[in-house]
Amino acid sequence: MSQSIDYSSPPPQSSFSIGKLWTDKKSRGVLIQLLAMIAFCSVVLYLAGNVVENFEKLGKPFGFEFLQQESNYDINQHLIEYNSQSSHARAAVVGILNTLLVAVCGIILATILGFILGVLRLSPNWLVNRLAYCYIEFVRNVPVLVHILLIHGILVHSLPKPKQAINVADSFFLTNRGFYMPQPVTEPLFWAVIAAFAIGVVYAFWYRRTAKTKQALTGEQSPIFWVMLGSIIGLPILVFFLSGMPLSWEQPELKGFNFKGGMALKPEFLSLWLALSLYTAAFIAENVRSGIEAVSHGQTEAALALGLPRKRTMNLVVIPQALRVIIPPLTSQYLNITKNSSLAIAIGYMDIVATIGGITLNQSGREMECMIIVLGLYLSFSLTISFFMNWYNRRISLVER
Amino acid sequence: MNKFTTIATAALASMALSNGASAGTLADVQAKGFLQCGISTGVAGFAFTDDAGDWQGFDPDVCKAVAAAIFGDTSKVKYTTTTGKTRFTTLASGEVDMLARNTTWTFSRDTDLKLDFVGVNYYDGQGFMVPTALGVTSAKELDGASVCIQTGTTTELNLADFFRINGIEYEAVPIETNDEAQTNYKAGRCDVYTTDASGLAATRSTFENPAEHALLPEIISKEPLGPLVRHGDSEWADLVRWTLNAMITAEEFGVTSENVDQMATGTDNPEINRLLGSEGDLGAMIGLDKAWAWRAIKMVGNYGEVFDRNIGASTPIGLERGVNNLWTKGGILYSPPFR
Ligand SMILES: N[C@@H](CCC(=O)N[C@@H](CS)C(=O)NCC(=O)O)C(=O)O
Repeated sequence: MSQSIDYSSPPPQSSFSIGKLWTDKKSRGVLIQLLAMIAFCSVVLYLAGNVVENFEKLGKPFGFEFLQQESNYDINQHLIEYNSQSSHARAAVVGILNTLLVAVCGIILATILGFILGVLRLSPNWLVNRLAYCYIEFVRNVPVLVHILLIHGILVHSLPKPKQAINVADSFFLTNRGFYMPQPVTEPLFWAVIAAFAIGVVYAFWYRRTAKTKQALTGEQSPIFWVMLGSIIGLPILVFFLSGMPLSWEQPELKGFNFKGGMALKPEFLSLWLALSLYTAAFIAENVRSGIEAVSHGQTEAALALGLPRKRTMNLVVIPQALRVIIPPLTSQYLNITKNSSLAIAIGYMDIVATIGGITLNQSGREMECMIIVLGLYLSFSLTISFFMNWYNRRISLVER
Repeated sequence: MNKFTTIATAALASMALSNGASAGTLADVQAKGFLQCGISTGVAGFAFTDDAGDWQGFDPDVCKAVAAAIFGDTSKVKYTTTTGKTRFTTLASGEVDMLARNTTWTFSRDTDLKLDFVGVNYYDGQGFMVPTALGVTSAKELDGASVCIQTGTTTELNLADFFRINGIEYEAVPIETNDEAQTNYKAGRCDVYTTDASGLAATRSTFENPAEHALLPEIISKEPLGPLVRHGDSEWADLVRWTLNAMITAEEFGVTSENVDQMATGTDNPEINRLLGSEGDLGAMIGLDKAWAWRAIKMVGNYGEVFDRNIGASTPIGLERGVNNLWTKGGILYSPPFR
């Protein structure tokens, strides 16, 4: 091999050498990340491979066909039609709805309680302030599982049996099997009320938009709140009475062992709902307090100095800024409620974990499949909540000009 | 998270981590020096901890017999408590070597769930317990009742069938353990507790006033309870199966923990001799020595002794032998021959 070397040209600028990959800061960074990625992927692959191999050794095939089979078990609280002849898939849906029910109810109650507590916590009244403080400190320093078991224990052990139910006005009955109340039964004409409600909602938002445009153009203000209230709530009520009250009540009645008819909140639902709400409310209260305290007092003073009335100062200056601080941690509280609802199993509330992740898993022996489903479900709930809250957060966040 | 999910996750994790290569369960058990046995969380007579904190009862005795056969030491057992719901995952994932936990032998468990039942040590059926104050005399009168039921059991499936077939309604109150069932039943959260009749009798015996609770006459299912192992290791299944059979055969031929030493020196019954190792070498066929069955019987007792000691008529549980008597005494307990 003969090669003539041209000594007159300059040496190549960056000759590649393996060592340089390490000494150069930038390429070292990339290299380390690459190695970490490879290590991570191989661990995942190793685990996945092992799972597949072990399942194969057990002779268990992987698949979701079992979801179509009859579940053969009963679920005491089902928001959709369900019996032991229904499929495992349907049982899973019943579980999903039960989880969503308790999560949504929990989120609503926790938010209301949390905001009230947070405001009380800032009250200038020493007693109110201290009481709120004690409540928050007590509740959030005891694990939520203890709250659930405690409330369930109180409901089941201290309330009377159905035969000795606490009777309120012959319509409401408190027992250790649940809280029974009349159930509304709609009559045919009730559609008119629903229609009135729909019209009311549409009108209310249309009114609000035009009123805002008008204010922007002329500075004139309209009684938005009252008009919205009137059309959303007032109109349906008016139609309700005009159409001759097309609604009757089905009363719960003691028949044999239990009450029949009416609506029932079972102790399992009640204790889970209350415990999750009371517990999370304590955290939300602290978020609310810090959010309000984060708005500097100068803002309030400036608004007042500009002549804004106190109420408008609160609505237009303090709350919008406080919300910006409150919303992000609120999101994680909502996620906590949803995930903590899986503690349902401690008291036998039939949520996702108890149905598809519990009885179905055990009866069908499909551990992997069921856990994947449960995992996927919680993940999608959480991502949905995050997505929604992020959207809301972006909407209210400071738009810098 | 919660107990169940943790166990399930742990089981799945161990499934992911444990490497497939193993020489067989017996070799594994011998290598680690103890038997890992899955039992229930507690049912009077069937599985309970004594004052020293050791597990005793009808089910742990099966584990002890196996440990005695392998190691000659009944203390070489480590117990894992399992609920009705967690037991199969625990076994399938390899966390335990065997289960002895009043578990019903069913078709789907034996096949689809990839488990192997090795025999029956208690022929049972599902019953109902109610407070006598309710005045109920038949399960068919239970329309509208709240029923405490352990989840992940055959009994919860039978229950659904029973009420559906009879066209009556009920509210299922799902619970995880026998303990929880008692608490809820006593508090009146449910009117009825239903599970294996043996479990009901055992549970009732712990009540302050057992006479205030009655078992209804209906037995709505067959619940053959027995020990089980993972599918796929026939040698290990054989060992557990024949340990159980050894205890039943011992009772049949009058071999007890008291007289086994003397009988082991040789008798005029060749089957006893084969069982106890003075004739032939059956032990070698299951990977053990000649004295394996002798040790199990010596240290734990024959089937009748185990029954009488834990759950028999002279104990507070007070179960009669009934169908669980030997075939020679009017029952259906029948061990294949040792030959
Ligand atoms: N034999 C039935 C039911 C077994 C069962 O769970 N029995 C209860 C009551 S006897 C029990 O063992 N409970 C013990 C525990 O809660 O750990 C089955 O295999 O599914």
